Amino acid sequence: MTHAPSRVRREDPRRTSSPSAGQTGTSGHRSSRHRYTVLRLLLVTFFGLAIAALTPGVASAAGEQVRGTLTTGATGPIAGVTITVETPDGQEVGEGETDERGRFSVPVPGPGEYVVTLDTDSLPENVTVGGAGDTRTVTVEPNGREPVNFGLSDGQRGSGSDRILAVQLFVDGLRFGLLIAISAVGLSLIFGTTGLTNFAHGELVTIGAIVAFYLNVDADIPLLGAAVIAVVIGGLVGALNELALWRPLRRRGTGLVAALVVSIGLSLAVRYLIQTVYGGRSNPYEDYQSQRARDYGAFALTDRDLYSIIISLVVLVAVALMLQRTRIGKAMRAVADNRDLAASSGIDVNRVILIVWVMGGALAALGGVLLGLSDQIQWDMGFRLLLLMFAGVTLGGLGTAYGALVGSIIVGVFVQMSTLVIRDDVKYVGGLLLLILILVVRPQGILGSRSRVG
Amino acid sequence: MADLLDAFTLGVRAMFAYQAVFFALLAIGLNVHFGYTGLLNFGQIAFAMLGGFGIAISVSKWDLPFWVGVLIGIAAAVLLALLLGLPTLRLRADYLAIVTIASAEALRLLFRSGGSTELTNSTQGISDFNGGFLSLAPWDVAKRYDILGTRWSGGELWVITVGWSLVALSCLLVWALMRSPWGRVLRAVREDEDAARALGKNVYAFKMQSLVLGGIFGALGGMIYAVGTGSQNPDQYQNANTFLAYGALILGGAARVLGPVIGAMLLWFIIAFSDSALAALVSGDNSFFGLFEWGDLLSTTDIAYIRFIIIGLGLMLLMIFRPQGILGDRREVMLDAR
Repeated sequence: MTHAPSRVRREDPRRTSSPSAGQTGTSGHRSSRHRYTVLRLLLVTFFGLAIAALTPGVASAAGEQVRGTLTTGATGPIAGVTITVETPDGQEVGEGETDERGRFSVPVPGPGEYVVTLDTDSLPENVTVGGAGDTRTVTVEPNGREPVNFGLSDGQRGSGSDRILAVQLFVDGLRFGLLIAISAVGLSLIFGTTGLTNFAHGELVTIGAIVAFYLNVDADIPLLGAAVIAVVIGGLVGALNELALWRPLRRRGTGLVAALVVSIGLSLAVRYLIQTVYGGRSNPYEDYQSQRARDYGAFALTDRDLYSIIISLVVLVAVALMLQRTRIGKAMRAVADNRDLAASSGIDVNRVILIVWVMGGALAALGGVLLGLSDQIQWDMGFRLLLLMFAGVTLGGLGTAYGALVGSIIVGVFVQMSTLVIRDDVKYVGGLLLLILILVVRPQGILGSRSRVG
Repeated sequence: MADLLDAFTLGVRAMFAYQAVFFALLAIGLNVHFGYTGLLNFGQIAFAMLGGFGIAISVSKWDLPFWVGVLIGIAAAVLLALLLGLPTLRLRADYLAIVTIASAEALRLLFRSGGSTELTNSTQGISDFNGGFLSLAPWDVAKRYDILGTRWSGGELWVITVGWSLVALSCLLVWALMRSPWGRVLRAVREDEDAARALGKNVYAFKMQSLVLGGIFGALGGMIYAVGTGSQNPDQYQNANTFLAYGALILGGAARVLGPVIGAMLLWFIIAFSDSALAALVSGDNSFFGLFEWGDLLSTTDIAYIRFIIIGLGLMLLMIFRPQGILGDRREVMLDAR
């Protein structure tokens, strides 16, 4: 059986016209020309990024604080509730009150553990705190704005009583899994067509979220428009990745392991560049923040989560239709299946790979916008999602588009539903353990073929 | 100019400080994995975390003697290597990469979770565990000593004395092992796994032994780091550190005994020099050709991130243009996925 990655390896040294290149260490004339092209492109990319870094203004270290929003379905945002913050040994460090949008934020002196207490007397009638009581213990990270969630209940008929936690978590998991799938389809297709394990894919997610954030919050563009622009920019960044870095590297015959290490370097550089520009805080978008959860019987969902699910489903069905029906989709699957056969039957492999990158970048950016909508925007959100993307892609079968879809949804649902038995702050660990378990039982994944695992 | 000279002195000091020892040991471990066996371990920091926390938990939570903590740390690292290796070493190289990076992150999340507070103090961290180690020092650990214009405390000197001795012993061990028949099999596995298998070698077992050995070096590095800082916090063991160690290894030269050591020293020189040079740039009234003030562009907290940008770009450029680093042999690092 043939599989794309090993073909790439065997073929690439021959593609460079100079026979000595890559084998003796003395590069031929042609590859040294490429060397400077790559260097130039890298420099251009870097300075481009550096200039982009200047525009949004100076990254400043915001002080640590705890923050949150008090709102319920019946009352809407609740103003005038007193919030007290204490250290674990009972020393008060700050007090705040919610504004007319139900928000509060209390600065704290530094990172560490704090006890946040809500004054139940200042709540409106009928509104009570949930089962977890009126205090929350949170851990604030350096420069972190720690969100605090008091599960308020508004005493409306049956609220909470006919919701089933497992169903609620399943729906949340479905939303999260679809979001992982959107981001991971590109990762899987890139692996399938080029053999590259792209560790910098998470940064495409972050870029999407952050571009939309700046457009939405700083430039006051409605989030829908900002999301469209972010997706376009995501596609462009994907194309830039391919044209400026990976295509020249393939032409030089760089091995897959070297390429993997390069992608890790790229991920590290871009991630921390984002942190210098954006800072370590986490912020929400302007729009769609104070939404009420609608009751659907066994579960409740905010409108933004509902639309997130619908958008993901529509996009994923469109991607599947494209892969199945259109010429370019068939070409993508052909290249992923057997690159040489595809090339010899007249498919322009490089063009297909470029389109895969554009698509992967755009989809990852969309995933980032949706993730930012539900979980706020952070500088390393993409990297944290990357590990779950890998889990999903591996679970479904590396290199297959549908496998990425199925695997990601399973991982998303598993991660959310695992909070039934384990703590919320270790829920990602469950997803990663699932990944390891799958590798023991069925290393090729659910939809993968045996020959791919080597 | 005086700022630059200060930055240079700080850079030289950092070449010998315990952080450099930490990364040298991490990179020696990675050299066994990546340089000699061709294994892509991107979770080396997890081994270090187990080493460091092995000591910290044993001493401060379980009241065990210091050396028992060392043994526990090493045992934990061996266990982790076995757990990681079992499912992945039969598969293609990038599966190990994915699993190791995922487990390193998972372990850190587990250690910092509120649920593990009893054992690890979660994000508060553990301190007061290195007294047993410092009391072994033959000189006064509280005094300060001046050596060639740099200041060290007695405790630091003791840590780096032990640390560099450990590095020297590790190098000796790696050197001896790699010229033994065992080491030759490892290289054979790296070059052509099928050929090694055809010669009757149990490739899986050799890869596993290599993973365990490199993991132990990682754990030792974590222990030096632990006694050096005197406090342990899961967030000290961010994934990015593994990539710094890779940077050190590739800079120095993979598949060379001294490559990781030289790489780690150079890496810390670069980090410390650029940190303090940038800090001087930002704090003073320095402008970029009159266009903008450096101090407006970067805040002092940003400087810590710049090192990762430099390392990331450096890793990319090195891997593309000089994968053999300073000492290496290009033919030995033309690795490919299996």
